[in-house]
Parts: sequence; C-alpha cells; structure tokens
Amino acid sequence: MSKDDFILKADGIHKSYRMGVAKVRVLKGVDLAVKKGEFVAIVGASGSGKSTLLHILGALDKPNKGVVKFEGRDLSRHSGSELNRFRNKMVGFVFQFYHLLDELSVLENVFLPVMVGKSVVGWFACRRWAKSRARGLLGQLGLSERAKHKPYQLSGGERQRVAIGRALMNEPRLLLADEPTGNLDSETGNGILEILEELNRLGQTIVMVTHDESIAQRAGRIVTLVDGKIEHKSIRA
Amino acid sequence: MYKIVLAFRYFLKRRITHFAVLAVALCVFIVVVVMTVMTGLVGDFKQKNHDFVGDCVVGTESLVGFAYYEEFVNILEEQKDFVEGVSPVIKSYALINRKGSERNEGLEIMGIEPLRHSRVTGFGKTLNYHKGDVSKTFEPAYDPNLLGCVLGVDVGRRLGNVMSPVRDADGEYFYESSPTPAGYSISCFPLTSRGALSKAGAGLVSTKTFYYSDTSRSGLARVDFSLVYLPFEWAQRLCGMDGSVKRASAVHIKFKPNVKLQAGCEKVASLWQKFKQRKAGERQAYLLDTVTVQNWKDYRRSSIAPMEKEQTVMAVMFAFVGITTVFIVLVVFYMIISHKSKDIGILKSIGVSNAGIMELFSGFAFLVGLLGSCVGLLGGWVFLLKINRIEDWLFEHFRFQLWDRTIFAIGDIPNQVNLKVLGVIVLSAIVACLVGALLPSLQAASSTPVDTLQVNQL
Ligand SMILES: Nc1ncnc2c1ncn2[C@@H]1O[C@H](COP(=O)(O)OP(=O)(O)O)[C@@H](O)[C@H]1O
Ligand SMILES: [Mg+2]
Repeated sequence: MSKDDFILKADGIHKSYRMGVAKVRVLKGVDLAVKKGEFVAIVGASGSGKSTLLHILGALDKPNKGVVKFEGRDLSRHSGSELNRFRNKMVGFVFQFYHLLDELSVLENVFLPVMVGKSVVGWFACRRWAKSRARGLLGQLGLSERAKHKPYQLSGGERQRVAIGRALMNEPRLLLADEPTGNLDSETGNGILEILEELNRLGQTIVMVTHDESIAQRAGRIVTLVDGKIEHKSIRA
Repeated sequence: MYKIVLAFRYFLKRRITHFAVLAVALCVFIVVVVMTVMTGLVGDFKQKNHDFVGDCVVGTESLVGFAYYEEFVNILEEQKDFVEGVSPVIKSYALINRKGSERNEGLEIMGIEPLRHSRVTGFGKTLNYHKGDVSKTFEPAYDPNLLGCVLGVDVGRRLGNVMSPVRDADGEYFYESSPTPAGYSISCFPLTSRGALSKAGAGLVSTKTFYYSDTSRSGLARVDFSLVYLPFEWAQRLCGMDGSVKRASAVHIKFKPNVKLQAGCEKVASLWQKFKQRKAGERQAYLLDTVTVQNWKDYRRSSIAPMEKEQTVMAVMFAFVGITTVFIVLVVFYMIISHKSKDIGILKSIGVSNAGIMELFSGFAFLVGLLGSCVGLLGGWVFLLKINRIEDWLFEHFRFQLWDRTIFAIGDIPNQVNLKVLGVIVLSAIVACLVGALLPSLQAASSTPVDTLQVNQL
C-alpha cells in the first residue's frame, strides 16, 4: 500500500496544555492514517483529547510535536494564508454545538464559506451559483422550507443539518465531525448519522469523534483514544 | 464580501451597537453645537474689530501723535494699485460733561473725517441717523449749524442722559426717531510736540461744547461704552496737534479687495520706511520713531487674543471629549467582541484570516462612527437652526438667557455651520471609533479559534 492512498496521515502527534505551573499532556504520540473515502470514528472518554486531535487534523490547532500530512503535504509547511485556504476549501468542520452565526439566515450560513473564499468581485460573479448550491444542499438535508429562517428558530437537529450543509458547501476532501450528535436526542442523532453514512456512501471521507461506542459503530472503522494514544484499531466486520 | 455583510448584520442586530451609535452621536452633537457657536462668536467679534479698524494702521500709541502725516497720506493715496482708502485720525482721552449735569467722565475721543473714515472702516454703518449721508455726520438734525459729536451707543447712558438709546433683553436698541438735543463739553489737555502741556499761559485745558448728532454702534463693548467721535480738525485742535507742523495719532488704511492683508501691510511698511528716511533731517522727525505699521489683527491683538485663547481652550476640551468617545467605543467593542468570540472562532474555522477579522470589526466600527456622527450632525444642525428660538422660549418662560443681552454685545446666537468644521468633526468621530475598535479587534484577530470554540464545550 503506497502512502499516497492516505488523504490524511498523522505521525507522533504530541499536544500538551499549560495549566498554571502544571503541564497537562493530552496527546502523547498519536498515529493515525485515513484513506480516501473512509468513515473513521475516534472514540474515547470525555477529556481524553478527541477534540484536541480533531482540531489538529483540521489545522485549527498546531501540535507540539509530530507531523500531520494532508494529501502528502506537511501542514506545518503551510503559510498562514495557505492554512486559511486549507480550512476554507479542504476540510469541513461540524461541531457539537453547531456553531452557526446568529445574525445570518440559514441559507447565508450555508453559503458563508464560499463568500469567505471570494473577493467582492469574485462573490458577485458566483453568487447565483453559490445560492443555488446552498439551496440544493438544504434540499438534500430536508431544510428547503427553512432557508430564510434564523438559526435560533430551528431545533437542534435542524441546526446540525445546517452546520453539515455549511461544512459541505465548498466540497471539502475531508469532513471532520466533533460529537455531531452529542447534543441531540437519539432519534434526531440517528438522522444525522444517516446523513453522514449517506455522504460516505457517495464517497465523502469523514472523521468523526464521539464518546459513545454505539454511535461509533456506524462508522467504517473505529479507533480508540486512551491515555493520549491510539490504543487499538478494529474494523467493523 | 462576508465582511461587509457581517459588519452590517452586527451593526443592525446588536442592541448594544445602538448605544455606541448614541454615544458617538451625543459627542458629535455637543462638539458641533459648541464649536459652531464659539466659531461664530469669535468670527463675529473679529469681523467687528476689522470693521472698526480697517485693514492696516500706521500709528503711534503716544498721545503726542506724529508729524508729517499729511504727506504720508498723500503718498498712500497715490498707491492706486492696492490702496482703497486712507483716513487720518486723532486719538486721545478727554473729560466729558453733559450740559446741565455735574457729572464728569473720562472717555476716549477719536477725531475723524466721517466720509473718509467710513470709506476705510465700517464707521458709516454703525451710525443710526446718518447711515445714508455720512458726510453730515457731525450736523445735529435739530440744528445743523451746531458742532456735532457721535457718541458710542452706550456712552449717553453712562453720562446720565435718559434719552440715550437703551438696550432691551433681546440685545436690540431702542432709538428715538431723531436725536434729542444735548450738549457735551469736552475737555482735553493739549500737548506740545515734546509732550509738555501747551498753552501754559491760557489755562491748561482746552474745552469745547459739541452737540449730540448721532450714535455709533460698533458691537464692541468697550468701544461703544467709551468712545466719542469728534470732527477731525476740532479734535486736532483740542489735543494741541494743530501747530505749524500738524500731527495725527494714526492713519487707517483700507486695501483694494484683491489685496492680501499681509502683502498690503508689507508694502505700507516699506513705504513708511522710505518716508521716514526721507524725513530724517526734519525738526520733528523724532516723532516718527514711535510709529508702527500693523494689520488690524495685531492692532486689536489685546482684545482679540483672549477670545482666541478661549477658543483654543474649547478645542482642547473637545479633544478630551474625543478621547472619551474613543473609550466608550472601546468598551462597547470589548463587550461586543467578547459576545462574538464564538463567531470569530467559527469564521476562522472556515478559513477567515486574522486580517479579515480585523477588517470586519473595523468596518463595523466605521459604520458606528458614520451613523453616529451623521445622527449627531443632523441633531446638532437642527438644534442650531432652532437655537435662537429655543433661547427666546427659555427667556419668555424662565427668564433664562445664555448671554445676558443687557451686558453682552450679541444679537442672535451665531448658528452658521461651517462645512469645513463639520467635515473635521465627522472625520474625527470616525477615527475615534476606529481607534476605539482597534484594540478589541486586534485581540479578536489574534485569538486562536480553538480557544474561542472550546468555551462552550464542557
Ligand atoms: N485550550 C486548552 N487549555 C487547557 N487545557 C485544555 C485546552 N483544550 C483542552 N484542554 C484539556 O485537554 C483535555 C482534552 O480536551 P478535549 O480534547 O476537549 O477532550 P475531549 O474532546 O476528548 O472531551 C482536557 O483535559 C481539557 O481540559
Ligand atoms: Mg470534545
């Protein structure tokens, strides 16, 4: 297996936080490789460092030690503007608390990443396309009727679907989801997982973080984070 | 594009921004109103001084005066390219006594040729009865054969003449339809060219009775309260300046409209230098040494300077108002941005750069500054338009007046807005907002997305 098959490869990731004088070592050498089209679940107890790892994989945070390679390229070699481009185009984030912008409508929240990636002129050139793509995504996510609403008018499940729409807007190579169902009842959460499964079936690479084993079961592969390291890898039969 | 959209949304949707806008508006309002009134008062005061003096004065402070002024007046009158008019004047002090009263007052006298003087200064316009025919200024309407004098508008009262013009609460004067006959005996101490009392044998004082022919209102409190205009020759005679070599106190000059004040005065100064050199050998040449050439601003410096100082103090005070605005905006922005720290994290997670965050909040601050100053400006403008009506109303109902018109020589409160001043104020308000937003925006921009997003995660 050549290493080019991996869309994402993390080697020896270390991360520690300074808490006053004490140093909390959260990640102590995590190795992880994700292939294109995979659906990987990272499971671990609360506080085990799952979110920290996911943020490092998505270039929202930097490791103290170790290398993250995306499509063979070391993220630490990226310049600031390249990292911004990377976060804008290559990865899509879904957070536990949805993190939508309250001042924007549902539709605007979804096409926001396109707007961010374009200059004023660029935006005027493509805004019809962007709006129609955002409407299409909302349609797929069952939110056609909600386009004009504000996030606070939506239920938790609906908000998370909007967040997924936003994450997919720029057709990222990699979707990163941090406890996407953590704040939802099981039935609603199940709906979200079905969406993720469907996306994966269509070829979307997904890395999902959860503390819930049963949710992790929905992924193609489960890795467990224990004591700052990946403990054991199992492939669903 | 997202910056513009989000800046507008934050601006419109956050209640607290309305407070920021209000704070900016209030500051702008105060500054606009006070600056306009202040600038108006100072400008008005300067204009009155200018009208009183003309453009340039060649003169001496000495009560002796200076000799050979007639020759210099002739020289000036030949300067058709830049001199519009020339008026020699006599200035001195005198004791005045209204006929039929025991009271004596020390006043200033000024001897002028009315027609010439009103060509150089605004003298003609300050008169009440002779506005249309300045040449007859010193002919009392009740008997043109009498020798007239023009009293400063408040002088008559001071001398105990109950028929003199009275100023009412609006600052307007009530004049009799024609001057009431009144005689004033005016006494001067005539001086020789060496400054000694002349006519030592024939009683040291020269006295002459003049009859009230008109009243002059310059709008300058001191002038209106203590100046009496007399016919030039008579003043000259009273002061002993009419010897074989005639003397005068000063020559007032008005320049042609297109002549710059500075340039005109410099030309006059060099003419004066040449004149002085030519006269060096003459008998009374020493009198020319005390003569200075000054533009009207320098000539009236002692009364203008305090007013200008006041204006400067005001400007400094408003600089503090500006700093306060910066702080208000800073506080409001800290609050807004700490509320929005999650948004900043979200934006960064979808690829917004630090510079983008800065620009977003700067744009937001710009909007606050722009709207705030527009509201303040509009409010200030409307207030200024109505300021005199508001003052009238306050006076009618509460007897309240900003400036007591029986004391201050002010008619209406000036409310002419100066576009340049407005521009500066608006610009400063916007800059204040940007400065106030700078620190919080910088902090927001430098925060790491993970920290801001983690806040909500337990
Ligand atoms: N910015 C931070 N500063 C200090 N400690 C942090 C920070 N972020 C995370 N931690 C600590 O790192 C550990 C792992 O956090 P996290 O990755 O959020 O865990 P999980 O997502 O698995 O619940 C926790 O003990 C947490 O307190
Ligand atoms: Mg977590």
